[in-house]
Amino acid sequence: MKPFKRRKRGGLYAVFEENEARMIVNLVGQVVELLADRTTPEESSPDPLAAMVGMSGPIMPPEDPVLQRLLPDAYRDDPEEAMEFRRLSERSLSSAKMMNAELVMGSLQEGGLDIDRVETDTQSARIEVELNDIEVQAWLRSLTDVRLAVAVRLGINDEEDLMLLAQSDDEAVSTMVDVYEWLGYVQETLVSALD
Amino acid sequence: MSNPAPTEVEQPESDVFIDVDKPWVVIVWNDPVNLMSYVVYVFRSYFGYTEEKAKKLMMQVHGEGRAVVASGGREEMERHVQAMHEYGLWATLERS
Repeated sequence: MKPFKRRKRGGLYAVFEENEARMIVNLVGQVVELLADRTTPEESSPDPLAAMVGMSGPIMPPEDPVLQRLLPDAYRDDPEEAMEFRRLSERSLSSAKMMNAELVMGSLQEGGLDIDRVETDTQSARIEVELNDIEVQAWLRSLTDVRLAVAVRLGINDEEDLMLLAQSDDEAVSTMVDVYEWLGYVQETLVSALD
Repeated sequence: MSNPAPTEVEQPESDVFIDVDKPWVVIVWNDPVNLMSYVVYVFRSYFGYTEEKAKKLMMQVHGEGRAVVASGGREEMERHVQAMHEYGLWATLERS
């Protein structure tokens, strides 16, 4: 990856290897799937009118710890207020996150990534992205969502966990730690290019 | 995305927000995931805080585990919490 840089006229520019771009698409896609599963009809309110006008959503916090982190309670010590707030706001939070993910995938596609093509070793494309202001905001938020999701799945609860996990003998774990740290690097270059 | 225009550019340097007109506070909690630079960026760009104030709040979250990042009416604080959740920061609101 070539880190994000601001172009004199234009947006924030970066270059990804095709496999890097595919990995981002894959990960943001997984977050979208989790969020979409959460918003299936059986989770929705029994009040059809409220559901029709988009006023109502689930009241109980998600069971999946990743979703708990992405869609947290707004009131820490007041479950009733937390449920009411969730009912009114979780849907819009969730769709904002899904929209951000779509924008990330869209900018990678625009940069030359063919999402439908089966990955082969023969040709590896350079994916050049140039993000406008709206896309920058989507990337910042979506990279955060993905990093939060990966951290929950890895069991990163404090800074020390990450150091221990990085030394894991389990190759799947250490690979995921590398991915997690790389995503942090991508985001860091994006934040610093904004200044 | 629902980003209201920044409303609080400068606040008194006190960390205690006990004010009858501002009965609710937004608290951001520490997590091991969010980058320090990103948290500072969010506090600057969303709340309109100065670099100095944003850094101070970020360090407080990091060091003490939490920081009050805004105070005011309940509806406004609920909007802030929702916005923080969009950014992926862990935020809650409560009475001050």
